[in-house]
Amino acid sequence: MPDGVTGTGIGAAVKRVEDQRFLTGRGNYTDDINRPGQTYAYVLRSPHAHATIKSIDTAAASEASGVVAVFTGADMEVGGLPCGWLIHNEDGSPMHEPPHPPLAVGKVRHVGDQVAVVIAESLAEAKNAAELIKVDYGVLPAVIDMKTAEAGGTLVHDDIGTNKCYDWGIGDKDAVDAALAASAHVTEIDIVNNRLIPNAMEPRAAVADFNGANSEYTLYTTSQNPHVIRLLMGAFVLSLPEHKLRVIAPDVGGGFGSKIFLYAEETIITWASARIGRPIKWTADRSEAFITDAHGRDHVTHAKLGIDDNGKFTALKVETYANMGAYLSTFASSVPTYLYATLLAGVYTTPVIYANVKAIFTNTVPVDAYRGAGRPEAAYLLERIVDRAARETGVDQLEIRRHNMIQPDAFPYQTPVALAYDSGNYQATLDSALSLGDVSGYPARKAGSATKGLKRGIGYSTYIEACGIAPSAVAGALGARAGLYESAEVRVHPTGSVTVFTGSHSHGQGHETTFAQIVSDQLGIAMENIEINHGDTGNVQFGMGTYGSRSLAVGGSALVKATGKIIAKASKIAAHIMEASADDIEFKDGNFTVAGTDKSMAFGEIALAAYVPHNFPHDELEPGLDETAFYDPANFTFPGGTHICEVEVDPATGVVKVDNFTAVDDIGRVINPMIVEGQVHGGVAQGIGQALLEGCSYDSDGQLLTGSYMDYTMPRADNLPNFKVATQSTLCTHNVLGVKGVGEVGAIGSPPAVINAIVDALSDFGVKDISMPATSAKVWQAIQDARG
Amino acid sequence: MHDFNYQKAGSVADAVSALNAADDGTVMAGGMTLLPTLKQRLAAPSDVIDLAGVSGLSGISVSGGVTIGAMTTHAAVSGSTDVKGTIPALADLAEGIGDPQVRNRGTIGGSVANNDPAADYPAACLALGATIKTDRREIAADDFFNGLFETALAEDEIITSVSFPSAEKAAYMKFPNPASRYALVGVFVAKTAAGVRVAVTGAGDSGVFRASSLEQALSSNFSASALDGITVSADDLMSDIHASAEYRAHLITTMAKRAVTAAG
Amino acid sequence: MPTVSMTVNGKPVSGEVEARTLLVQFLRDQLRLTGTHVGCDTSQCGACVVHVDGESAKSCTMLALQVDGAAITTIEGLANGETLHPMQEAFRNNHGLQCGFCTPGMVMSAIDLVKKNPKASETEIREWLEGNICRCTGYHNIVKSIQEAAGNMGG
Repeated sequence: MPDGVTGTGIGAAVKRVEDQRFLTGRGNYTDDINRPGQTYAYVLRSPHAHATIKSIDTAAASEASGVVAVFTGADMEVGGLPCGWLIHNEDGSPMHEPPHPPLAVGKVRHVGDQVAVVIAESLAEAKNAAELIKVDYGVLPAVIDMKTAEAGGTLVHDDIGTNKCYDWGIGDKDAVDAALAASAHVTEIDIVNNRLIPNAMEPRAAVADFNGANSEYTLYTTSQNPHVIRLLMGAFVLSLPEHKLRVIAPDVGGGFGSKIFLYAEETIITWASARIGRPIKWTADRSEAFITDAHGRDHVTHAKLGIDDNGKFTALKVETYANMGAYLSTFASSVPTYLYATLLAGVYTTPVIYANVKAIFTNTVPVDAYRGAGRPEAAYLLERIVDRAARETGVDQLEIRRHNMIQPDAFPYQTPVALAYDSGNYQATLDSALSLGDVSGYPARKAGSATKGLKRGIGYSTYIEACGIAPSAVAGALGARAGLYESAEVRVHPTGSVTVFTGSHSHGQGHETTFAQIVSDQLGIAMENIEINHGDTGNVQFGMGTYGSRSLAVGGSALVKATGKIIAKASKIAAHIMEASADDIEFKDGNFTVAGTDKSMAFGEIALAAYVPHNFPHDELEPGLDETAFYDPANFTFPGGTHICEVEVDPATGVVKVDNFTAVDDIGRVINPMIVEGQVHGGVAQGIGQALLEGCSYDSDGQLLTGSYMDYTMPRADNLPNFKVATQSTLCTHNVLGVKGVGEVGAIGSPPAVINAIVDALSDFGVKDISMPATSAKVWQAIQDARG
Repeated sequence: MHDFNYQKAGSVADAVSALNAADDGTVMAGGMTLLPTLKQRLAAPSDVIDLAGVSGLSGISVSGGVTIGAMTTHAAVSGSTDVKGTIPALADLAEGIGDPQVRNRGTIGGSVANNDPAADYPAACLALGATIKTDRREIAADDFFNGLFETALAEDEIITSVSFPSAEKAAYMKFPNPASRYALVGVFVAKTAAGVRVAVTGAGDSGVFRASSLEQALSSNFSASALDGITVSADDLMSDIHASAEYRAHLITTMAKRAVTAAG
Repeated sequence: MPTVSMTVNGKPVSGEVEARTLLVQFLRDQLRLTGTHVGCDTSQCGACVVHVDGESAKSCTMLALQVDGAAITTIEGLANGETLHPMQEAFRNNHGLQCGFCTPGMVMSAIDLVKKNPKASETEIREWLEGNICRCTGYHNIVKSIQEAAGNMGG
């Protein structure tokens, strides 16, 4: 990153604008919001993973103290929660899209499925009344395991006659089979990418407020993308026109993907608010979050990597089962397909690749995007199989990677799985990481560990990912039902201060700071004169929100485009006032100058003139200085890098300690290095969490065994080391800022580095694999099993 | 949480009579277990009788061993120079209970009365041969813990203090559950005038227990090497998503060795 | 309904509460001090940490009636006008927060640590934070913030 950048422009480590309110308890999160006359909703949920609903008796609950209304699925005649991406099977037929009613109708399909909602004067009264609802369930066998589900028998959705949502493929299967058959060596691996529970620290919440005077709905909700919620809820579920539905996502306490999706609860209370004519608040308990927030990952994969006599990869064949859970969540179908299999080339020149993905319904919580979404699964698979290939063929871990990497002069590089990488230098990030991580000192550290009776191992991950999710035309051709552009409005006020309206949303990323830095840089005005406004469909033009590390690459590009329009318009005004040709106006450091003269006007003077247009030729020059831009990306962006992990394993207990973790990521141009480092830290912590600690577990009846922090291991401060983090920038070639995205790199690159390090540490025992999360119990057992 | 009557007891006797007067009363010490239980609606007592205002229930005194008032917080025990000077292992144990905020509120009396199978204090009580004093009698630790969440306490009986005799050597080694941070296995070893005692928490199917095979091995030779090759049977140990019974059995010996080494 | 009185951020307050009302509910719902958050229901995440008579405690795991007569400090009571407490300032200076949801509890817990152990090592800081879960930062910058604040608080 640029050293010594001062001030507030691009590259400066500006302290965050939003911190003052967060640090003083003046954040404004959804549950902090209260509306006059507010009621409280409590959702009665299924205790069974799979059951028919024979009857629901709400009579006693309706009569209970403080109860305003009780509704069940029979009362709520609305559309189902939609899925935003249509995937086609290999045979060309469309995927199955079973209905997803906000309140269950006829059947419940996972523990936590919504059965009824009680609305009362207080939350306690709502909960008390819910205990009086009598539901007669006909309990059915639950289907939890994907391969059992694939075989049929018990069906999650009876009407579709199968538990397979789709059977999708990409790449040339015949060419891959032929290349594998001709390979000198084939490495095979079985991979489980463990199911995770996102656990943003702020539980989901919503406040719905229907105003009968003008038939307008206002919904405050914990969302990463309020416009998408408005569109999906309004158009597809409740049939509300968008001008009558305002969705506000105020301060949001973390998302990590889990707050992208349209959920049942916010939909139910929006609908119910009009029925009762009063505002309704719903806030999830953490226990509810565990059984209702969309989970992440959950792949089971078998893969084969062919290698020729020269150590070059010849072909990769991948067969993946991806768990969809009980219903299709908003973007669930796209995750194990276009966000996963398209990344299977990684940073390598593997000439032919084929992947088949079977998406399976089970009686579990729906699975959808979670930090990285598909790309961590691809990176983990690749970096594990490459690690194993190196061990099997006796090639050094770094050598096998370097030998197969795409060369720095090979860009743009077309992979065999649809993507075209625009830029990168994987060798440079690797070299940088080796240096930062002091890999040359590793043998001494290993010896030091040995004197303590500990096994040290080192693991590498040279990964790539794709951000910015794509030109709308490409996404549309692949089945996306939404565009994937972003919007920005730059509203210059008469005195020269600026309000920016962005369709991106910040739930921890710090857009109020970084986006202001960009505007400050572009318009040459001070940051304190710039306000970033987001998250309210009532005042922000349509936007797609924040996910997939897209805010800067797409939203930032839209912002630059809008500031470009501002400069163009302001130049016209300057030309008019200074009686010059617009072509002769130069804009630099906040001043408009007539080229070759000393005639100059400051940005603020032009702003004032724009709103006091006493002598404007109105047929040529409109008053005002307020521009909107929509930016549709030309391609994905491709961040990548090298993560190196060293672990110490205590063979007596199986305890793994991460000791020395290095991440060098190529994220393109860095706007704020402080925030970038923070994003990498957080992502790496989630990646180490996946690798060592976090694993969702169901029993065979579909009861969630990891349903609270008593059993689901969240990474805590003493589980993690300090991280060594650096960036190495090759610029994105197709957006004006040259940025690639940083939100997910940490979570994508780190898990294979950790697991490869553990396998390395245990190689003396003959251990060849360890599945995530590599808990002490699992590591100890692996050592026992290897010892025989 | 269901609502209840909240009463602040002025004395132990008050608390006992309030308990007896209530339909379904419960006493509250620090509330670190009771309140989460009530929040989850797993219990619905008619009356919650708070012992916080009862004088004389907290404090630490030293005479031969250590006597700790029932309402003494874990933070007070871990920070006590008296405890550190007399039975440092007990201060170490208290330092490892829960997190700092739990230690600021949670009490020894509450922990012992609750007898959670993964709690730490029961191991210390059993290994050190503590005496649990109540409003009406003294109960030897050996007779006190009766399985999962069960104790010898009568319904209306209230712990007032716990007395720990000094030990020649003692140490507690906890292997925490990665998620809850309760003991997955906790081993308290003590070499006392009455012999070597090894108590294990977190692992047993019926809660805290003494590991006789380890005690025998250590009786003749109180050193870690004396435990080489000594195994604990996995038969009566818990098995769950965090650890198999076999892993717990292995950890018992491993933690016992480390405890013996730490005990010096 | 029972009445409870206490001092919150230096001001005497009182109110009618149900016996079951938790301190965090009293603070958030009755006093509208919404800086104290609820992030779990098993007393583990620490988003609700406040000071009760100067000691950090989880306000989700105590009844309002239990702290009758006590002095409570919440995140809203730390700054002096717009001048941040050294711990708040250190979090800002070291990017020790992202989404801000765990931050109030994290700051309140950290202040208690520095008061008790002004020269806490990195390991001691990490161990102290057992009762505070953050999903955004990976803790790296939180630890750095606390180290800086300890220096500035006279540690």
